[in-house]
Amino acid sequence: MSEIAVTSSGSRRGVNFRPVTQDSSFARYALIATAVLFLAIFLLAPLAIVFVEAFSKGIGPFLTAFDDPDARAAIRLTLLVAAIAVPANLVFGLAASWSIAKFSFPGKSVLITLIDLPFSVSPVVAGLVYVLVFGGQGLFGPWLAAHGVQIIFAVPGIVLATIFVTFPFVARELIPLMEEQGKIEEEAALTLGASGFKTFLTVTLPNIKWGLLYGVLLCNARAMGEFGAVSVVSGHIRGLTNTIPLQVEILYNEYNNVAAFALAVLLAGLALVTLGLKTFLEWRHADALSGRARRH
Amino acid sequence: MTSPSLVGKNARRFTAPSVIPGFGLTFGYTLIYLGVIVLFPLATLIWQSSGLGLSGLYAIASEPRVAASLRTTFFISFAAAVVDLFFGLIVAWVLTRYDFPGRRLLDAFVDLPFALPTAVAGISLAALYSPNGWFGAPLADYDIKIAFTRWGILVALIFIGLPFVVRTVQPIISELEVELEEASATLGAGRLQTVIRVMLPPLAPALLTGFALAFARAIGEYGSVIFIAGNIAYVSEIAPLLIVVKLEQYDVPGATGIATIMLAISFAALLLINLVQAWSRRRFGHV
Repeated sequence: MSEIAVTSSGSRRGVNFRPVTQDSSFARYALIATAVLFLAIFLLAPLAIVFVEAFSKGIGPFLTAFDDPDARAAIRLTLLVAAIAVPANLVFGLAASWSIAKFSFPGKSVLITLIDLPFSVSPVVAGLVYVLVFGGQGLFGPWLAAHGVQIIFAVPGIVLATIFVTFPFVARELIPLMEEQGKIEEEAALTLGASGFKTFLTVTLPNIKWGLLYGVLLCNARAMGEFGAVSVVSGHIRGLTNTIPLQVEILYNEYNNVAAFALAVLLAGLALVTLGLKTFLEWRHADALSGRARRH
Repeated sequence: MTSPSLVGKNARRFTAPSVIPGFGLTFGYTLIYLGVIVLFPLATLIWQSSGLGLSGLYAIASEPRVAASLRTTFFISFAAAVVDLFFGLIVAWVLTRYDFPGRRLLDAFVDLPFALPTAVAGISLAALYSPNGWFGAPLADYDIKIAFTRWGILVALIFIGLPFVVRTVQPIISELEVELEEASATLGAGRLQTVIRVMLPPLAPALLTGFALAFARAIGEYGSVIFIAGNIAYVSEIAPLLIVVKLEQYDVPGATGIATIMLAISFAALLLINLVQAWSRRRFGHV
């Protein structure tokens, strides 16, 4: 009797009783193998080759790549651009999500669509629109030239193009999150006499901090790695207007593979750290992030 | 008797009354920042291209080199989105329905194309598929060339678009109702029949959305493509690259024309996504 009870859960007399909602083990293994192989070829191999190429001549040449003053200038510029673009979009994200989630007004969904707009514009077009506004033949070009201000082919253009392509990251993370949380807690704090700013700092901010961090992470990764938009407005002046991705392009086109991939290792490392933190946040603070499906 | 002036005042209010402060400040800042950074520059593009007129746009689009690049971009983006659709569904299915060692890690890596800068993806794909690379060398033995041909563009666009399909389909797969599968099996359907006739149809809107997102992204993609494409005029030149080429030749109207056409294509894809989602909400009750 007890023997039957023990074995009945799995197989009895060699016959496998598979739940009707499970795929056959053949289908399962075939599908897993297909998925793993596909991901290995299309995702893991491109990541692995960055490190393999960078260290192909050993650690010495890898480190030498960072002695180059142009490489150092590129790293400094990338950090500077991110240090301006990320806080700018962070402040915008907070303002936009506060006004959209805590108040009701007509045209809200149009506003949300407009905030998402930069994601559906090609990076090259994002660079081009600033050339049309600030470039030599652009709208304000003659005026800027007369006043000795240079935006295109200079750092301000790079910053603007980076802000454009990373524009929605923080806002689109915070808007659904704050809409989900409602405004009851804020109303309670205000009724109890807290000032608006104090309410934001002590009630709203703790509620959204993980979502905020998530948005900032993605925003920063894109800001440091942006290529197309920055490439159009930068002018590629060595040591002056080259960010890390642009320097990678120049080195690669000069067949300086080790140096190109050495700088690429910095960006790939950043991508891995971003993915790691993102996965950690999704796993550890899933309920503090918005429950909606994510797409970028 | 309500005082008419009070009614009028309330009717004219833009936002509903609230004790929460800061609407004017945050809403105003949102509009100004959005206007300065996004809307004004984009409006300048539209305004400049309206100067070209429809005939001017058509003339630019039918320049042989431009026409070739638009065709290349459009068809290869479409093909890449189809490949992503097929393999993205399998990847999403495997990651959601099965458990196997390394599943969490693979799941995290699906987002790699979002996180890895496009220039890095570009040079690493070029290194992999060049005639002496990991994949390029064995393929060269069979006279198959990937890097510096149109196939290279396809590979790069598959890479870029994959997460869009996987991440849109995954949540819907995990929400599929087991009861439906059981009912289908009880009524005598085989497993394959259940999968095709009961489980796939609710996934259709998500698949279509993921496809459109991958396609729209592929149309505009630049960084990961230009290193592996070879950029041969009339053969493997993509439209975004031609914008850059035109700008380098100081042909701003030409660049503006191509940009406007690309913008129109990606907005059409966006509109399609919204229509699909509206339809899906009516038909299935979810997005």
